Amino acid sequence: MAKHYGAFRAVDDLSFSVARGSFFSILGPSGCGKTTLLRMIAGFLEADSGEIHIGGKATRGVPPNKRPVNMVFQHLALFPMMSVGENVGYGLARRGVAKDEIKRRVGDMLERVSLPGAQAKRVDQLSGGQKQRVAIARSLVLEPTLLLLDEPLGALDLKLREHMKIELKQLQAAFGTTFVYITHDQSEALVLSDHVAVMNHGRFEQVGTPQQLYYEPQTPFVAGFVGANNRMAGRATEVKGGIVTVTSAQGLVMPARAIGKIAAGDAVEAFVRPEVARLARQAATLTDAGLPHFTARVDSLLFDGANSAVLLHEAQSNTEFRIALPQTGEFADLTVGETVSFGFDPQRAVCFAAGTTADEHVFS
Amino acid sequence: MLMLLLAPALLWLLGLIVLPHVELGILSLRARVAPRVYEPSLAQFRTFFEEPLYWHTFMRTALMSIVATAITLLMAFPIAWTIAKLIKGKSKSMLLVMCLIPFWVSETVRTLGWMILLRESGVLPALLVWLGVTPAPVEMLYHDATILVGLVYTSMLFMVIPLISALESLDDSLIEAAYDLGGNGWSILRQIIIPHAAPGIVAGCIVVFMLTLGNYLTPTLLGGKNSQWFTEQIYTQFITRFNWEQGAAFGFLLLGLSTAIVWVGLKLSGQKFGEVMQKT
Repeated sequence: MAKHYGAFRAVDDLSFSVARGSFFSILGPSGCGKTTLLRMIAGFLEADSGEIHIGGKATRGVPPNKRPVNMVFQHLALFPMMSVGENVGYGLARRGVAKDEIKRRVGDMLERVSLPGAQAKRVDQLSGGQKQRVAIARSLVLEPTLLLLDEPLGALDLKLREHMKIELKQLQAAFGTTFVYITHDQSEALVLSDHVAVMNHGRFEQVGTPQQLYYEPQTPFVAGFVGANNRMAGRATEVKGGIVTVTSAQGLVMPARAIGKIAAGDAVEAFVRPEVARLARQAATLTDAGLPHFTARVDSLLFDGANSAVLLHEAQSNTEFRIALPQTGEFADLTVGETVSFGFDPQRAVCFAAGTTADEHVFS
Repeated sequence: MLMLLLAPALLWLLGLIVLPHVELGILSLRARVAPRVYEPSLAQFRTFFEEPLYWHTFMRTALMSIVATAITLLMAFPIAWTIAKLIKGKSKSMLLVMCLIPFWVSETVRTLGWMILLRESGVLPALLVWLGVTPAPVEMLYHDATILVGLVYTSMLFMVIPLISALESLDDSLIEAAYDLGGNGWSILRQIIIPHAAPGIVAGCIVVFMLTLGNYLTPTLLGGKNSQWFTEQIYTQFITRFNWEQGAAFGFLLLGLSTAIVWVGLKLSGQKFGEVMQKT
């Protein structure tokens, strides 16, 4: 399907399917077209070309109130003029379900989202997490084929967001409803989803399991967007057995596994994850392990608990590297200005021909 | 300091509202028994109830004002919705200015404009003859409908403004959410939009009702002798009859009536006066 606004292609020739009962995320930076895509599925926008089938039925021309799809809005959009019970019962009442039946199903639903007896509460009496649950309950009580979630965790503070992530995953597992979740937060997408589509400029760069996206990125964009990565642009100076030797403009020479076709002399982009590289005080430790190694000077220490890292400048080319600090305590006394060695398994670094986009790849 | 800032308002309130009302209150509660001899009496109020013309006019004014307010609301709501929700940017302020422009001329001139349009020798009857709708020019002035047209026209802005501010504060995603959950246009209007806009609706209604009930010029000019507006009775007592006591009593009755109707309106709509007044 596609959606254009004048010459701007918000959603550009997309095609994908979501398995029933799975948790599917669309991950992308703001402005990548993911909200447009979601609104087309919900029925607020009509695709300029293409078709959306939900549960096997075509949806062209079906308005949002007639689709078996419900949406949890970014700011939840709970009705402040109604009680919690009325919010959850709204959709049922609109369908003409009998009052007693509504009461029973609203009660059941609130129990399932751990808010038993909250019917009479006003929306503004609820905490952020409770509102979240009411918003989901309000949609799920209608037993939709598909639940769309538009960055519903964006407005919450960090602690609550972490908590709600787990809750959302458990709710989805408990209800078995298909969830389509859009977010710009890669951690939400990776933690929650069975499958993730990484979207950029109205296209899917890659669709795959979180593990595939993380370990087997198919495009430079995915490699850079999912997880942290050190990026190097340069030329392939040697290609041998799937390993490319990349020489950057600054003169750094590093090996990386080729993704797609790369010939010697091509412009390439190489990525090494901070957590893939190993840090050592003696270069011998790395050569013994059979890893190529580099010498570098510690530029700054980025302490962040389990995510602590160190910024290094490679000695010869002065290229900046971010390397994760192991939590073994071995480098607890590392100081700025110290000279250390680091190395990595070339199989775990990836290299793309420069400018690779989704076009040249077939999704797995 | 606070008192100094409030001083002009307080002086205005005391000098032009409180004092005259006290004076009128005293006037209304006395009767003239001989030249320059007065004694306390409820005679003025008794006259009001004993003379059918007075309380007929009174009830008619109240009813017509309620009808005018209702029509204004019905006509202003789509306008306010368009300005608040459908139009963005420059054309939005253009539309607001268009609502405001008629108020650049005085009410007298505006009402005279209606007279030019509607009188027997006026534009509209001539047009109807030319179109062959009526064989001869029809007098369109001096009907109740004419009075209502004039009152609604005069009141529109005072309804549109509070409605716009009430509707602008409505989050669009609430409407989308209701639509997504199976709501249709009518149910969303009834269950989401109107409850949200209620303070604005009530505020607009109060202002328009007060203005209409107390209007003198429009009913008199457009309704002529048939208008039977209560403010005319007050005018007659004060100016024509020179019966200030009776006029003062009528004034207080009108004040009581408007207060009572506003109170009933607030009770029926479940709104609080303080909240509503913040919306105006």
